[in-house]
Amino acid sequence: MPADRKIGAAILEIDGISLAFGGVVALQGVSFDVREHEIRAIIGPNGAGKSSMLNVINGVYHPQQGTVAFKGRRRRSVDPHQAAQQGIARTFQNIALFRGMTVLDNIMTGRNLKMKSNFLQQAVYWGAARREELEHRARVETVIDFLEIQHIRKTPVGRLPYGLQKRVELARALAAEPELLLLDEPMAGMNLEEKQDMSRFILDVNDQMGTSIVLIEHDMSVVMDLSDRVVVLDYGRKIADGTPDEVRSNKGVIDAYLGVAH
Amino acid sequence: MQFFFEVLIGGLLAGVMYSLVALGFVLVYKASGVFNFAQGAMVFFAALTTVGFISMGAPFWLAVALALAAMAALAIFTERVVLRPLVNQPQITLFMATIGLSFFIEGIAQLTWGAQVHALDLGIADEPIEWLMGKTGMNISKFDLVASGIAAALVAVLAVFFNKTRTGRALRAVADDHQAALAVGISLQRIWVIVWMVAGFVALVTGLLWGARNGVQFALTFLALKALPVLILGGFESIAGAIVGGLIVGASEKLAEVYVGPYVGGGIESWFPYVLALAFLLVRPEGLFGERRIDRV
Amino acid sequence: MFYREAGQFKSTYAADQQLFPIRQDRIGMAILLAVAFAGVPLAAATPMLAGAIDFNYWFSGMLIPFLIFSLAALGLNILTGYAGQLSLGTAAFMAVGAFAAYNFELRLPGIPMLLSFVLAGIVAALIGIVFGLPSLRIKGFYLAVATLAAQFFVVWALTKFGWLSNYSSSGVITAQKLVVFGYAVDTPVKRYLLVLAIVSVMALAAKNMVRSATGRAWMAVRDMDVAAEVVGIPMMKTKLLAFAISSFYCGVAGALYAFAYLGTVEPAGFDLDLSFRVLFMIIVGGVGSILGSFLGAAFIVLLPIFMDLWATSIERSFGFALPAGLVSNLTLILFGALIVFFLVVEPLGLARLWQIAKEKLRLWPFPH
Repeated sequence: MPADRKIGAAILEIDGISLAFGGVVALQGVSFDVREHEIRAIIGPNGAGKSSMLNVINGVYHPQQGTVAFKGRRRRSVDPHQAAQQGIARTFQNIALFRGMTVLDNIMTGRNLKMKSNFLQQAVYWGAARREELEHRARVETVIDFLEIQHIRKTPVGRLPYGLQKRVELARALAAEPELLLLDEPMAGMNLEEKQDMSRFILDVNDQMGTSIVLIEHDMSVVMDLSDRVVVLDYGRKIADGTPDEVRSNKGVIDAYLGVAH
Repeated sequence: MQFFFEVLIGGLLAGVMYSLVALGFVLVYKASGVFNFAQGAMVFFAALTTVGFISMGAPFWLAVALALAAMAALAIFTERVVLRPLVNQPQITLFMATIGLSFFIEGIAQLTWGAQVHALDLGIADEPIEWLMGKTGMNISKFDLVASGIAAALVAVLAVFFNKTRTGRALRAVADDHQAALAVGISLQRIWVIVWMVAGFVALVTGLLWGARNGVQFALTFLALKALPVLILGGFESIAGAIVGGLIVGASEKLAEVYVGPYVGGGIESWFPYVLALAFLLVRPEGLFGERRIDRV
Repeated sequence: MFYREAGQFKSTYAADQQLFPIRQDRIGMAILLAVAFAGVPLAAATPMLAGAIDFNYWFSGMLIPFLIFSLAALGLNILTGYAGQLSLGTAAFMAVGAFAAYNFELRLPGIPMLLSFVLAGIVAALIGIVFGLPSLRIKGFYLAVATLAAQFFVVWALTKFGWLSNYSSSGVITAQKLVVFGYAVDTPVKRYLLVLAIVSVMALAAKNMVRSATGRAWMAVRDMDVAAEVVGIPMMKTKLLAFAISSFYCGVAGALYAFAYLGTVEPAGFDLDLSFRVLFMIIVGGVGSILGSFLGAAFIVLLPIFMDLWATSIERSFGFALPAGLVSNLTLILFGALIVFFLVVEPLGLARLWQIAKEKLRLWPFPH
């Protein structure tokens, strides 16, 4: 990792989050923080509550206890829409692209939040709406260039192979110019080359755009290479928190992954 | 007070008729996840076919048997032409396909048997029950009572069928998860044909009762619409719900018409059940007996 | 060979975002508009053609209803095709538009007619928002129930509240004479041109909305509403806007239906059957497509006319009268079969077939 990238103060603080669905407990008293400009990985065995944690951060799930503080604003829960407005973007484990639209349109929806023209102006189109549309198109095209998906911009997303769909989803998240990016298993189902490409993109996003990233990933080598710090969850609880090296040698973590009864 | 009971019971008994229509829907929905908009058209077709054969000189039992055969043929046709090609499509597509199917069935029914209103005589008079009239002065029709009895019997038979027989179990499996049902060797196509035949049978019973009451006419097809509020109240997948929902809709509709109607000029029945269902949806979207759906992100 | 894009490079985003990026499409559209606005009326004015073809019937019986229903189909397509909210209450919103326009004309003497139409559309939009509120909690065909409630309630209310129809029996109203900017629009040609102008403008507006952020928001909500929220698209605003705009279009269509087509309407005429007809138009024409709304409307409006013509020609050539109701029943059967056919074979309707044809045309005469 380049030495000149400065990791700042905490931008996200998770404090005592507990989440349950009926009788099923997903998270219990989880606390950790994410510092500005860092890449934070969340790892853990299946069912540990990692996706649920991301869902709490951006408001898809509402925890029963605990608070989330983003950029100093502390609250129990937010709407996903509000989270997006505050500067949080994310991708999903099972790709959540809009199947009826092209790649370009999907990424453009990432900019909807920033578009100010109302429907009447858009109905007329000539004038304010057109200017805004072209301006945002230009920004979206920089994201498209960055992720090297120019050749598929007019393709309906349903027709793309899995790896490219994941890239388009990342593009949509990046188009919103988020301060905090939540990635839910961005490398799932990819081969070695695709993983290398995706790793490169994630590092570039962090380097060039300074985006803080929270990343769920199962591939240990990716986690070790990319992340600054790691949180380990198991059965909804945090069992380790530190640098990749610290976590790798933690006995509790090793037990959790090997399935030692505890 | 007595008048209130009369209206209430009259409404409940009318509600039983709604339940019958809703029952057909529940059957198909339970087993195939399809909301069969064509159920009303099937009721119409079944009744019209029976009456048609009677007017050609067939005795009642033969006409009914022939109508039953026609419904079976319709079930096979529907599975072949509509369900099989659309097997993995979203619910909304199948719903719209059943709208198309209902138009198709209506057209065929009228083409074959003509469009006039036919009377149907089941041998049960639509007269007040005398001893009840004498004792309490309440006017409750014999016919309505018999209809309720038949509906109750039908429900009991269907409940036993679903819960106790092998085919019933297979139907429930298919309703739950098509893929899983296929994985254990259940033939989706056969199941769907069976379901639609049973629905056709229910449609026939419904059609005969409704037809005897109101005459066999095109308006029967609109029963499909009245069943929607019933299903929303009772849940789309519950037989018990169809009954309870039907009773509630029938009773509330009549009571609203009688007690609220005069203040707004009458005719409330045309929209009251829908508004009731709407209010219900806002509070409890899965109905009284339906299952809560939790979507995983 | 003719439909090649070769040589048409786009070097600016503006060029890429055009409505008709391919030159041949632009030429085609220009020709279509010229024929529609100028060609047809001129043909109707030439004595030779006017003698041979019954242009009045063409205008009043085919082109005007086609245009009006295209507008209603556009409205429904915005709500159901683009925003994914199933609606079975299209006719109710048309009724609101018709009666609102009638009342504005009746009670505000001197009001410009076009303004009446716009206001009628706005009234319909407001009613649309009210009946669209349930969409915030309900989805799919449960929502269809809410729109059914709208359908039945509106028709009942228009019949019961006599003030709305100026106390006529069973709510029948006769639309006032069309007068736009001082000109009496009293011949079929003039009515056709008025309706054509209104529909063209509104279709352009719809196309513009649909390719902008509004349209993307609608389609996002349709495709995956959870993801739409996560991306920052406001659920309530997006859905209610869809209901409002859709109802506005249906309301204006309803006003035109009364003022420029039938002349006399009653609430019972805006029944569930009419709602289904419009739904069929977008299924056949193509959900989520502006062009599809027009194609579907053409299909559904013209089909019964052709059935009648076919029946009459059979009667004439064979010399006997077909049984009463045969044609209407056959039409029912045909409609039903076509719906299922389209849903099975080409769920994206005629618009998609047109797209495929264009793609094949691009390659013609080569196979691939």
